[in-house]
Amino acid sequence: MPGKLKAKIVAGRHLPVMDRASDLTDAFVEVKFGNTTFKTDVYPKSLNPQWNSEWFKFEVDDEDLQDEPLQITVLDHDTYSANDAIGKVYIDIDPLLSSEAATVISGWFPIYDTIHGIRGEINVLVKVELFNDLNRFRQSSCGVKFFCTTSIPRCYRAVMVHGFVEELVVNEDPEYQWIDRIRTPRASNEARQRLISLMSGELQRKIGLKVLEMGGNAVVGYLQCFDLEGESGLVVRAIGTACTLDKLSNTYTPATAINPCNSSPSKDIKEAGFGEEAPGVPLSSGPPTPLRAQTFSSFSPSKSYSRQSSSSDTELSLTPKTARICLSPSSPTLQSKSSPIPTTKALRSTTPPPLHVSQSDTAMLRKSVSFSEDLLLAASGMGSGGSAGKEAGPLKALLRQQTQTALEQREFPFFTLTSFPPGFLLHVGGVVSARSVKLLDRIHNPALGNTRSYKLLDWNSFTADEPETRDAWWEEIRQEIKSHAKALGCHAVVGYSESTSICEEVCILSASGTAAILSSRFMQDSALDTEHRLSRQQASVFTSGAEKGEGDMGSTASLGFEDLMSPGCAFCHIPYDELNMPFPAQLTYCHCCRRYKVPDVLFTTIDLPTEANVTGKGCLIQARLCRTKKKAQGEGNATAISNLLPFLEYELHTQLMNKLKLRSMNALFGLRIQISVGENMLLGLASATGVYLTALPSPGGIQIAGKTPSDITYEQHISNMQKKINDTIAKNKELYEINPPDLVEEVIGSPIPEPRQRSRLFRSHSESSDEVSELDLSHGKKDAFVLEIDDTDAVEDIHSLLTDAPTPPGFYSCNTEIMPGIYNWTSALQMFTSVRVFRLSNVNLTNQGLNKVFNDLCENLLKSLYFKLRSMVPCCLCHVNFTVAVPEDELIQVAVTAVAMSFDKDQTQENGRQSIDKNLMKAITENEDQLQFPLELSAESSSNPLNSAKGLSEVSGPLPSARAPSVDYSSFTDRCSSWIEQLRLKAHTIRCGSIKTMSSLEKASPLPEGRSRSLRSNRSYAGSSVTVVKMTPLSFIPGTKIIKYLGIINMFFIRETTSLREEGGVSGFLHSFIAEVFAMVRAHVAALGGNAVVSYNMKECVFMENPNKNQAQCLINVSGDAVIFVRESELEATPPQPHSASAQTSSSGEGT
Amino acid sequence: MRRMSMELDVFVGNTTIIDEEVYQLWLDGHSVSDAVRMRLESDALSECEASGEVLHSDTMDQYRTFQMCERLLHCPSKLANQLLFQIPAHRQAMLIERYYEFDHTFAREVLGKKLSKGTKKDLDDISLKTGVALKSCRRQFDNFKRVFKVVEELKGPLVENVQHHFLLSDSLARDYAAVVFFANSRFETGKRKLQYLSFQDFAFCAGQLISYWTVGAVDNMMEDMDVDLEKEFLHDLKDLKVLVNDKDMLDQHKSLVCYQLKGKIKAFSEMEANFKNLSRALINIASKLTNTKDVRDLFIDLVEKFIEPCRSDKWTVGDLTLFLTHYTSTAHTLEMFRFQILWERYMGVIKSCILKMYHD
Repeated sequence: MPGKLKAKIVAGRHLPVMDRASDLTDAFVEVKFGNTTFKTDVYPKSLNPQWNSEWFKFEVDDEDLQDEPLQITVLDHDTYSANDAIGKVYIDIDPLLSSEAATVISGWFPIYDTIHGIRGEINVLVKVELFNDLNRFRQSSCGVKFFCTTSIPRCYRAVMVHGFVEELVVNEDPEYQWIDRIRTPRASNEARQRLISLMSGELQRKIGLKVLEMGGNAVVGYLQCFDLEGESGLVVRAIGTACTLDKLSNTYTPATAINPCNSSPSKDIKEAGFGEEAPGVPLSSGPPTPLRAQTFSSFSPSKSYSRQSSSSDTELSLTPKTARICLSPSSPTLQSKSSPIPTTKALRSTTPPPLHVSQSDTAMLRKSVSFSEDLLLAASGMGSGGSAGKEAGPLKALLRQQTQTALEQREFPFFTLTSFPPGFLLHVGGVVSARSVKLLDRIHNPALGNTRSYKLLDWNSFTADEPETRDAWWEEIRQEIKSHAKALGCHAVVGYSESTSICEEVCILSASGTAAILSSRFMQDSALDTEHRLSRQQASVFTSGAEKGEGDMGSTASLGFEDLMSPGCAFCHIPYDELNMPFPAQLTYCHCCRRYKVPDVLFTTIDLPTEANVTGKGCLIQARLCRTKKKAQGEGNATAISNLLPFLEYELHTQLMNKLKLRSMNALFGLRIQISVGENMLLGLASATGVYLTALPSPGGIQIAGKTPSDITYEQHISNMQKKINDTIAKNKELYEINPPDLVEEVIGSPIPEPRQRSRLFRSHSESSDEVSELDLSHGKKDAFVLEIDDTDAVEDIHSLLTDAPTPPGFYSCNTEIMPGIYNWTSALQMFTSVRVFRLSNVNLTNQGLNKVFNDLCENLLKSLYFKLRSMVPCCLCHVNFTVAVPEDELIQVAVTAVAMSFDKDQTQENGRQSIDKNLMKAITENEDQLQFPLELSAESSSNPLNSAKGLSEVSGPLPSARAPSVDYSSFTDRCSSWIEQLRLKAHTIRCGSIKTMSSLEKASPLPEGRSRSLRSNRSYAGSSVTVVKMTPLSFIPGTKIIKYLGIINMFFIRETTSLREEGGVSGFLHSFIAEVFAMVRAHVAALGGNAVVSYNMKECVFMENPNKNQAQCLINVSGDAVIFVRESELEATPPQPHSASAQTSSSGEGT
Repeated sequence: MRRMSMELDVFVGNTTIIDEEVYQLWLDGHSVSDAVRMRLESDALSECEASGEVLHSDTMDQYRTFQMCERLLHCPSKLANQLLFQIPAHRQAMLIERYYEFDHTFAREVLGKKLSKGTKKDLDDISLKTGVALKSCRRQFDNFKRVFKVVEELKGPLVENVQHHFLLSDSLARDYAAVVFFANSRFETGKRKLQYLSFQDFAFCAGQLISYWTVGAVDNMMEDMDVDLEKEFLHDLKDLKVLVNDKDMLDQHKSLVCYQLKGKIKAFSEMEANFKNLSRALINIASKLTNTKDVRDLFIDLVEKFIEPCRSDKWTVGDLTLFLTHYTSTAHTLEMFRFQILWERYMGVIKSCILKMYHD
C-alpha cells in the first residue's frame, strides 16, 4: 500500500433547487476513488449544506493514484425514488504526488453536470500520504513533474535535457459502444469524461516511467492530445521533452527572473535516486540516457502493416533508408573552410528558396506529387550529412560531433521546447514537416465487446496491434522528420509538435518542427560550470576523436568559441553545407558578424530566441486557404486528400512568403500549419510571427509579372497593382519600424535582386487539371495561354493580399510568446477564447469563393478581437492560436485563444535602458520597503493575526533596532482608509515577513479606528472568498515572478444540451460552456493554492449541433501549468486592477 | 445574408469584459439591433472604425454575458463568491449598482402601489406614460419587489438592510428604502393634486418618516422593524389635539407665533388670518394617523389642508420656513403643553416634509 488518499467534504453552496415543493435540496455526497466509495450524511433541506464530513481514507497503489481521478458526486436524497445526481467534480490528484508541487487541495469546486453545466459549488479537502516503497518505480512514476510550458520553467534550472518522450494509449470510445446507444446522454458523457481522465492519467504515468528510465525527473513541453476516431476508438497520445530539472533554491534573487537557467550555480543536483545515472563517466561519447531501443524494437520500419500492406512498402521507399545511420563526423578536408573570409559570393542561386521543407506523405496510398518529391529528393540527396559544421571551424565541428553522437543514439532527437536556455540552440536550419493520410479501420474486437469496466485494459495482451498501429504511424512520420532535419544538416528537431485531423474514417497525421543544431551543454554532464565542462569535453574529444584528425584545436580557442557565437545572429547561420545545399537557396554573409553564411529567409516553429537581434517589431502573419474536394469514401477519399495536400501546402507557403515580403520582413517564428479535413473541403491555416532579423538580408520587393503583355489596359492594371504593393511595403516598414542599417549593401552587393529572383505571385488553378497546376508550380510562370478568368483571379489574390486589414493603431499581434520590440509590459492581461462557426450558404462555392469566405472569417474575427480589447490599448495580442475545423459539411469553425497584454507606450523604444530601470526600480522598492516598515506594522496590526503568528515563528535573526518607535498614527490612518493603499501595505507584509509582524504583535492595539474605517469602505464584496486566477497561454506573467509550479492542469469536459433554444441557441450554449471551463480551471488552480495558469492551451473544442432536435454537444480539452506568482514590485500601483492585486497578494501570502 | 450564415459567435474572456455603455443599453431595454444602431451613431466609437458587423457581434456577446449575470445580480452577494465569471470587485459593484438603479419617473408611478402582479400588469401603461422601455420597467419593478421581499421581514435599520443585502451605494439604498417604505405603508401618491411631486420629494419624506417615526428611529436594538411607523407614537399623537381644542392655548400659540413673525414674513396678514385653520389642519392630521387609511392619505392631506392654502396666499418658502419654525418652537413655551418630545418628533418631520413639498 504505497499511498493513502484522504478526502473531506466540507460544505456546499448555491446548490440548485431539487425539490420543487420545498424549494430546497436534501444533498449528500459520494466520494469515489477506484472501486471504493464513501458517502456523507444527507444534509436535509438546504441549498448551502454543511457536511463537514470525516476524513474518507482510500488506501491505494500509487499506480492508481496516478491514473485515477478522485470522483465526487453530489446527489439529492429522495426517499421514494432514485436519488437525483446534481453534478460531479473530478479532481486530478497528480499534483499531490510530487513533493515540489502542491501539498493539499482545498477549495471550492464548481459542481458540474454534463447536461446542466455548473450547479453550485462544493468545498473539498484532499491530501495524500505517500509511503516509501522500494518498488515504487515499477509501475508508477510518482514524483516526475510535468510542465506544459515549452521552455525551462521559470524557477528551475535545466541540468540535463534528455530528449523526446512519447506514448499513446487507445481505448474504445464509450460513445460508440453498442451498450451506450441505450444509455442516457449523461451516463455516456460521464463515461467518456472518466475514461479520458483515466487514459490521461495512465499516459502520464507511462511517460513518467520513460523519463525515470532516462534518468530525468521532469517532462517539459508536455503536449497531450485526443483523437476522437469515432467508431474505431479513442486515442490519447502525448509527447514531451524529458529533462532533469533543478529547483532554484533562491527564487527571490532578481537575476532569476531574467535568466532562470544560469543564475543559480547550485551543485546539489537531485539525481532522483538513480545511482547508476550519476555522472561518474559523463564524458563517454554516448549520452547518459539509456537507449530506448528495447521499447521500439518492435516498430522497425520494415514491419508491414497488415491492413495497408499494399501501400506501406512503397511508401517506405520515400523515406530515406539512411535515417538511422549515424552522421559521420566532419572530414578533415572541410576544416579548411574555417576561415571567416568569404570565398564565394552567394548570388548564384536563382530560384526562390523554399526553406520550409514540406512534404506530404501519401502514406498508404502511393500517389506522390512531383513537387514534394523533388524537394524531398533534393533533401535526401544530401546524403549522410558529412558536411556538418564545416564552416564553423574545427571546434564547432568537434562540439557538433559530440552532440551529434549524443543525439544520434537517440531514436528521435526531438524537442518539444520552443525556447531554450542561452547557449543551447546553436543553429537553425528551417522548418521540417511531414504529413500522412491514413484510413481508420473499425476495431473488430470481440474480446472487448461487452467490457463494462473502464479500468484500462492491458493492451499488450488484448489488442496488441491496436496501439502499435498508431505507434507505427507516428514512428513513420517521425522518421521522416528526422531525415528531413538531417538533410538540412541538422541533428535535432526543436519546437516539435504533432497533430491530427479526422473526418469520418480519414485521418491526417501531421508533425512539424525546426531542424536545428544544439549545443551539448545540456545533454552531457552538466553539474560543472561552463568553463570547466568545456575544457573537459575538449579533452575527452581529443581522446575519442584523435584518429579522425581533429585534435589540433587549442583549448583557449574552445573557450572563446561560444563567446564568439553568442551574439544574436549565431542561430541564423546555416547549418548545412553551402556547396551541397539541400535546396536552392540564396545565401549571404551574416549582416551582424559578417563571418558566416545566412539564408535570405528563415522559417521556424520556435519562439524568437531572446538573444536574437531584431529590427523593428513583428506581426502576426497568416496564410489561409480553402480547397473544395469531392465527397468520397474510403480509399478514394484518402487518395483525393493526399493529392490535394501538397498543393495546399505549397500555396500556404507561397502566401506566407508573399505576406512576409509585403511586410518587409525576413523570418517567421512560431510557424504552425494546420490542415483540417472535411467531407467536401480542406482547410489550411498557417500562422506565424514575422520579424526582421538583423542578421538576414533585407527582403526584396514583390513584383507582379504580367502574363498578357499585349493588352495595354491590363498592363496598366498590373502597374497600378505594383504601385499599391510598393506603397503597402513602404507603409508597413513604417508601421513595424523596420529601418535596417544601409551599410550592408557593400558586402552583399545590391539588395535589389534580379527580377527573376524576386518572389513572384503565381498561383495554381484548381479548376483546371492537376497537370496544369503542376506546370504552374514547376515553372512559376505561365505561357501565353492564359484564361481571362485566371487573371482576374490572380488580381483578386493580390487584392486579398493587400486587403489583409492592418491592425488598428495601438495594437500588435503575434503568435509567439512575446512580441519582439516590446519590452515594457504592464501587468494588465486578458486571456480569451473566441469561437466562430460559419455556415456556407452556397454549396456550390468555387475555391475562390471559399477562400474569400474563409479569409473574411479570420479577418473579421481578428477585427472583432481588436474592437473588444480596445480598452487595453496600447496592447499586443500574444500567442494568438487559431484552430480551424470542419465540423460538418457546410460549416467552418475557427477558434482563437490568445492573451492581450498592455504595454507602456512611452518606453517602447528604449529597450536598452529597460534593465537598468528595472534595477533602479528594485532598489527603490527595497528602500521604500524599509521606509514603509512602520506603516506596515500598523496596517497589519489587527488585520492578519494568522500572518503574525506565522511571522513570529519565522523570526530568527535579531530584530532591527527600529521597533517602530515614533510612528505618526494619525497620518497613516488616513492612508489606511484608502482601499488601494491598504492593499499595497498588505503586499509589504509579505515582503518584509517576520520583522514587521513581530512588531505588529506588540503594537496590536493602537489602531482600531483606522482599521474599521478601511473595512467599511470595502463593502462586503471586497472580502470575496474567490481567488483571482490569471490565465495566460504564455509561460510567464509580465512583472511577476513565478515562485512555484503546482502541477499540470489537464481537463476534459463534455457538455450537452437538449434544450438548445432555451439556453440561448448555439452561441449561448457555447458561451456558457467556455465560461464554465474557465471557472473550473480557475477553481482547481485556486484549490491547489495557485493564482495563475501559465501555458494555458485549449487543445480541443469539438462542437456538434442538431438545431432541428434542439440539441448540441461540445467537448473541450484544456491544459496548462498551475503556478503561484508574486509581483516583482508590489509597490507599483495598479489602479486599473485593484482587485486582482488584492487577490494576488493574499494568495501569494499563502504560498510563501 | 452574411450575418445570417454566422452560425455561432462567442467571445469569452478569463476576466469578464463589460462595456458599461452596452450594459446601459441593455438595462434600458434596447434590443440588440437597436443597441447596434445607437452605438453606430454614437461618437464615442467613431474612432474605432467599427463596422456594424463587429458591433453586432460585440453587442450580442455583451448581451449574452449580461443575461448570464442577471441570475447572479438578483442576489448580489452571490456575485462576489460565484465562480463562473471572474469580475474585478469594482466592476462587480458597478454591475450591481447599475442593475438596481431606476428611473425616478418610473419609480414615481409605482410609489405607494402594492408590488403585486396586478401592478405589474399596468407596466405597459406606465411604460407608455414615462417613456421607459417595458423591459426596463419590468426589471425595475422586479427589483423593487425583490428588495421589498427580502427587507420586509428583517430587523434593524432599513437602509442598512438594503445596503447589506444588495450591496448598493448609500444613496441608492436610501431610495430603495423609500420605495419599500411607501410600498409597505401604501401611501397615496397617485392623486392628481400630488402629481407635481417628484420621486425625490417623496423619497426625502420617506427618509424623514423612517428616521423619526419608526420604531427603529427610537431604538434600533428593538425587535421590530424600520418598515412600519411606530404604533404607540401614532396613538400618542392624539394628545396633540389639546393645541387646537383648548381655546386659550390656541390663542396663546397664535399670539406667540405672530409676535415672533411680525415684520419678518411677507404673508403676515394672511398667516394671522389663517393661523387657526392651519394649526387645526396640522393637528388633525396628527390625530388621525392611528387610522391606516389616514396614514395613507398623509401626503394628500398635507397638500390639501396646508400647502394649498399657503400657496393660494402666495407664501414664500422663506415665510413657510419661519412660520413652521416658530410654530413648533413657541409651543414649548405654552405653559399647559406637556407633550414637548412628542411635539418635536411630530413637527420635525412635518416641517421638513412640507418644506420639501412646497413648490410648484
